[in-house]
Amino acid sequence: MRKLFRNLAMSAVVSVLALSTSVPSAYAADDAKKADEAKAADVAAKPADAAKPADAAAKPADAAKTEEKKEVTGKDLAFDRAKGNCLACHIIAGGDLPGNIGPPLAGVSQRIPDKAKLRAQVYDARVANPDTIMIPFGPMGVMNDEEIDKVVEFISTL
Amino acid sequence: MKKAFTAVAIVVALAASSFSTAQAGPAEDLAAFQGYYAKLFPNVPAADFKDGAYALDAALKEQWQTMEEFPPYEPDVDAGKKMWETPFKDGKTYADCMGDVKAVRGKFPHYDAEKDTIATLEGALNACKTAGDGEGFMDKEGKPLLNKGKIAQLAAYIAMEGRGGKIDIPTPEGKAVAWYDKGKNFYYAKRGQLNMSCADCHTYNAGKKIRADLLSPAIGHVTHWPTYRSADGEITTLHNRFMGCNTMVRANKFKAQGDEYKALEYFLTYMSNGQEWNGPGSRK
Ligand code: HEC
Ligand code: HEC
Repeated sequence: MRKLFRNLAMSAVVSVLALSTSVPSAYAADDAKKADEAKAADVAAKPADAAKPADAAAKPADAAKTEEKKEVTGKDLAFDRAKGNCLACHIIAGGDLPGNIGPPLAGVSQRIPDKAKLRAQVYDARVANPDTIMIPFGPMGVMNDEEIDKVVEFISTL
Repeated sequence: MKKAFTAVAIVVALAASSFSTAQAGPAEDLAAFQGYYAKLFPNVPAADFKDGAYALDAALKEQWQTMEEFPPYEPDVDAGKKMWETPFKDGKTYADCMGDVKAVRGKFPHYDAEKDTIATLEGALNACKTAGDGEGFMDKEGKPLLNKGKIAQLAAYIAMEGRGGKIDIPTPEGKAVAWYDKGKNFYYAKRGQLNMSCADCHTYNAGKKIRADLLSPAIGHVTHWPTYRSADGEITTLHNRFMGCNTMVRANKFKAQGDEYKALEYFLTYMSNGQEWNGPGSRK
């Protein structure tokens, strides 16, 4: 059935990359909390996890600066709604209100022991599954290489 | 030789697949679309899809029904009724353009062959007001405001009066098919920095949770507008929700009542044929 839908839609599968560089401005809009659509941004928005509001406030809006900040861990990035937001779709130990679109990540390092493979999945999930809903974090510039490495380190402890 | 054969086979396969795509018209799409959800949610009665995510979860539904005991959109319906009854500057009223209020909801959206466009409820209300008042719905700065505010209140009254009717969009034919296809393509196209289609969330993963939100199936998406969302604290239109869902995946949002969203509304409403009109709605 899913196949049928894809066929129907084949001509339509066009990626419209809109806000190519404006990850920080997506936060800004949400911070301002004025636009209703920002409130609707259940997935991509909210500067950081509710669990660490102080950290969120301290976080610079600039992605490059975030990168310099050594205290930002792979776990932080994985849980941050504006970065990995892996919890939107995956159950991860220690994360609140996880979604269930993707498989729980517990034991993922045993299922995918090869770190390069694990990284490839996080970098661009479309390679393994062209239809995937999982965000192509690398090619779309949602996280940079260093951030992706950190996230991969983190999930390989799970 | 083998290579050439493979190439030919591929061309034939492509031709065959595009042929079958061309054959699948709106009526076939509709059957497949509704059949998909019937199979995905065998325990949800077809008539319940109008309740969105609440149709899928008894506990959520109960909370929602409690909320509906004191409908948060009631003041909006009252304000809308007043607007409906108040004459324009030229002395005419909405009823002069739109006819009996009870029948208005069910007339939209439809393909307007004369203008080769999709006529929507909000579009018609705005045109009617513009004709009578010399100006349409605007914000304080004088810019068109078609996704919330007064136009949503007026639509709330109309939705209330039209409750209980069934969605019954004629199968798109002729030039209407181009509008239908435009809406369908919009629905299935990946977009935004997060690279997701409407279908990713509301077809393939309907019933799953994205973070704390239960994803509603697209069948029933159009039935209950305008909707008062507690998160917004105000009543908003269907196109406002489209804008929100586009923004969520960090894509460009489009203008309320622009061609993109009118086409999307037309497609989604046809896909909800048979569902009951049950607006205005409330959502958390
Ligand atoms: C919007 C949904 C979504 C988000 C966000 C998401 N994923 Fe996924 N992920 C999936 C889905 C669905 C799969 C199943 C395979 C597929 O369809 O690609 C998956 C599969 C995986 C796998 C393979 C798991 C296995 O056991 O085979 C890993 C590892 C993974 N994701 C890591 C991540 C990480 C790390 C993040 C955040 C940086 C993330 N995902 C964010 C949806 C998502
Ligand atoms: C990243 C996931 C995601 C994508 C992509 C997405 N939506 Fe949504 N949508 C949601 C969530 C979450 C909600 C709120 C929960 C619900 O009702 O499904 C929602 C709600 C809605 C609603 C309101 C449902 C109701 O019962 O009131 C409509 C209509 C809708 N979306 C349409 C669309 C359309 C059309 C698109 C594509 C332009 C789209 N969505 C893309 C996540 C998404």
